[in-house]
Amino acid sequence: MSATGFFGQLFALVLALLLAPLLTGWVNQCRAWLQNRAAPPLLQQYYLLHKLFHKDVVLAHGASPLFRFAPYAVFGCMLLASAIIPSLSTDLPLAPAADALALVGVFGLARVFISLAAMDVGTSFGTLGGRREMMIGFLAEPALLIVIFTVALIAQSTSLATIVETLAHRALNIYPSIAFAGLAFTMVSFAENARVPVDNPATHLELTMIHEAMILEYSGRHLALIEWAASLKLYAFSCLGLALFFPWGIAERDNVFALMAAVPLLVVKLAIGGAVLALIETVNAKMRIFRAPEFLGTAFLLAVLGMLVNLLLES
Amino acid sequence: MIAIDALLIAAGLWLTLGFIGLVKGRSLRFVGTVVFPLGALVGIAVGAVALFALGGGVETARLAIGLPNLPFHLRLDALAAVFLLLLGLVSAGISFYAAGYFSHDHGINLGALCLEYHVFLASMLMVLLADDAYAFMVAWETMALSSFLLVTTDHKHAAIRHAGFLYLLVAHVGAIAILLSFGVMTGGAGDYSFAGMRAQKLSPFWASIAYLLALFGFGAKAGLLPVHVWLPEAHPAAPSPVSALMSGVMLKTAIYGLLRVSFDLAGMTLWWWGLAALILGLATALFGVLYATVQSDMKRLLAYSSIENIGLVVVAIGLALIFHAYGMEALAALALTAVFYHCLAHAGFKSLLFLATGSVLHATKERSLGKLGGLIHRMPWVAWLALVGVLAGAGLPPLSGFISEWLLLQGFLFSPGLPQSWLNMTVPVAAAAVVLVAAMAGFAMVKFYGIIFLGQMREPALKDAHDAGSRERLGLFWLVLLTLLLGLFPGSIILQIDSATQQLLGKGLAERVIAQGWWLLAPISPERASYEPLVFFMIVTASVLLGGWVVKRLYHGRLRRSPAWDCGYHFQGPRAQDTAEGFSQPIRRIFAPMFRMQRHFPSLRDREPYFDVKVEDHFWYGLYLPIARLAARLSALVTNLQGGRIAVYLMYSFFTLILLILVARP
Repeated sequence: MSATGFFGQLFALVLALLLAPLLTGWVNQCRAWLQNRAAPPLLQQYYLLHKLFHKDVVLAHGASPLFRFAPYAVFGCMLLASAIIPSLSTDLPLAPAADALALVGVFGLARVFISLAAMDVGTSFGTLGGRREMMIGFLAEPALLIVIFTVALIAQSTSLATIVETLAHRALNIYPSIAFAGLAFTMVSFAENARVPVDNPATHLELTMIHEAMILEYSGRHLALIEWAASLKLYAFSCLGLALFFPWGIAERDNVFALMAAVPLLVVKLAIGGAVLALIETVNAKMRIFRAPEFLGTAFLLAVLGMLVNLLLES
Repeated sequence: MIAIDALLIAAGLWLTLGFIGLVKGRSLRFVGTVVFPLGALVGIAVGAVALFALGGGVETARLAIGLPNLPFHLRLDALAAVFLLLLGLVSAGISFYAAGYFSHDHGINLGALCLEYHVFLASMLMVLLADDAYAFMVAWETMALSSFLLVTTDHKHAAIRHAGFLYLLVAHVGAIAILLSFGVMTGGAGDYSFAGMRAQKLSPFWASIAYLLALFGFGAKAGLLPVHVWLPEAHPAAPSPVSALMSGVMLKTAIYGLLRVSFDLAGMTLWWWGLAALILGLATALFGVLYATVQSDMKRLLAYSSIENIGLVVVAIGLALIFHAYGMEALAALALTAVFYHCLAHAGFKSLLFLATGSVLHATKERSLGKLGGLIHRMPWVAWLALVGVLAGAGLPPLSGFISEWLLLQGFLFSPGLPQSWLNMTVPVAAAAVVLVAAMAGFAMVKFYGIIFLGQMREPALKDAHDAGSRERLGLFWLVLLTLLLGLFPGSIILQIDSATQQLLGKGLAERVIAQGWWLLAPISPERASYEPLVFFMIVTASVLLGGWVVKRLYHGRLRRSPAWDCGYHFQGPRAQDTAEGFSQPIRRIFAPMFRMQRHFPSLRDREPYFDVKVEDHFWYGLYLPIARLAARLSALVTNLQGGRIAVYLMYSFFTLILLILVARP
């Protein structure tokens, strides 16, 4: 482990913690502009976290220790996820701990914890949210893995660092499989991050909510951690998308200058990505819950198509 | 010669313990404090000997029992040792648990149970040691009979007798197929020892017949489609430690048999054998997980989940066979390691979960998910230990189930390079189905855990539930330890089981695993794929602890209790929670054609409105009932011949005699 590697890793971690709420704030702002509403301040998410951390926790009768443990576990999983995705540099000492397949496992672990916590208090909404979340999960996970398989077949590796190095340094010929995989990945990340065609992050309407239904009983610091973890998840997915499909500008090993240059580039890429996300959310309507299998089934088919195209045409 | 003798002594000790239990069965205390704990210690010894044998060479022995001039040939090689390791270590946990579980009066004949239980253990050991068809079948049938008796322990219920009958039927149909397979493999030479079968040079046609018979026969024991029907009936019927033993260990003896025939005895490997196993395994896994998610009986849920896991193991066997047939031994070694690993992992976590249901059943007398709930408050030990099994069962890092799935997916991922391009393309698509199965296993496990242990108690009687006793806890804890070790130290464990891979393929993963350091799992090279479970575990733990500490340091820790908010809705009884049926509603809806569903909705004018849904297996109505009807019709035809009058029978004999004289005249 080199010193630059260590500091690069630490820096990436701190940056993830700081940038994640900013990204959520930026998406919310863009959404408000596009919907002709007065936008909340860019730093609204930080104010929210600050407020929530200072509030008392109101814990439901009948909440078990699992309920109190889950926010920390979810937060830890998301922190690990954002640490191993090469957002700034491919020289990450933590990256060998988990490859792309294990990354999917990390998201799965967080999902299981939050669903179990949702079932813990024993309210009607909690269990409903838990089952819907698990449903979205088992539909989205295969599609996500096939996307990862497609790029892994091109790079001959499931290690994210190697994938980024291969993809960023190939000759600029066009891979049709990457286009299919990118489309599928976009659809999956909408579902995984509780975004509009599948879920609405701004609703508390019983019939439609998934993510919000699970966290209704959380308050105070627990809620703050879950909100932060949700921001981190969005950040991690954005960075994963950028690393797989727009890998240019991510620094190589032992290159401090490139690392410094990668930061503004990442911010710009995230800002554009966030604006596109808000645009897609605005022009789409929320689907019925049982349209979600169709939506994610399409994502899955696109991903499989991408993989087959890769095997047929590109190998 | 040391290891195999030690194993025979262990089998003898188990039998002795069984007989002592039979004699002293009336004393619950004696059975609980002496017989079962000693059986567990014997299990640990078996595991230790197997571990020792994995490092050593092949040992053979002859046991002069049975028919004259037909001694039992026994052989201990690395393949057998892996499964002996599994048998020893997992059965130790189950026996510790059983010591506590059976020391309460369940109104059963404990002496007989004690004998059957230990005969079952000893017969599984003999199955793994057998080196000729004769010894194998004797041990195999002893295993089937003793487990049949264990399944029907509570034989006063008609449903349990029915489950036992079905189990015995399928076991014997399977056993006939296995016997035929051995017969084909002797090639008519009359030498029923495994060494003789290896020496036979079969034509591809006959080798394929032998393989398909073995796939059917061992598949019937393992619960492969379409001969899985006995499994969801028999597992829930048996007492929980027996379910754990059947699901965790006995199903693996079938996997052992399949590996033994296809890699060792058949003498060749054809690529379509692998494809057949792959397709059959995928179908089984998908079927198993779909039905697991819609069950509302906790033990049936776990039984279907076992079908799913066996399906995944058979998928890995199929992949290994395909690679092996094309001489791609490095990838075959990867897939075969996934087979062994998943067998070990599943044995650990599924036994753990079955034992946990035993404790729940014991404390609440209830196994329907719709009447449980909130047990984490009354049974914290069982709940927290079961959580480990649930996370492993959902295939989540950093626990044992994830490692085998990871290895399997790596095998799929690096499959391009197979000589047939269409095979090249279908195999990665199979990986997609494997991922779907894994993700749905997560759904089933969340349902299992959430509905039993979390939420509000659905019945007032649950308030009196008590936690597991100390011996039960010890058994659970032992299995949790196995699950954790398998999850966190895959490198070291692959190193141990590698000699079995090498025995079957001539190549293993060991060099690569050693080269990268024991903490790093990188079966191909670290640049291509790597996973460090221990580091992974430490990062997650550290961030949880650090997060907790920082939050506690920086902010006040004030906390108040109040009723749940629930969107301001004020009817918050336990009935407002999802039931098992409600939880699986998305699955039933998305995969509706896969289930045979009968639903009843109340009409407006119903005096006593009720909702009802019954989910059944298509195979019953599409396959088994037609076969049963056909058998009934045929036997009705035969009945016409049997009038019950001696004169008619004598006439039959007379005509037969004349016919024979006409036909067989020289």
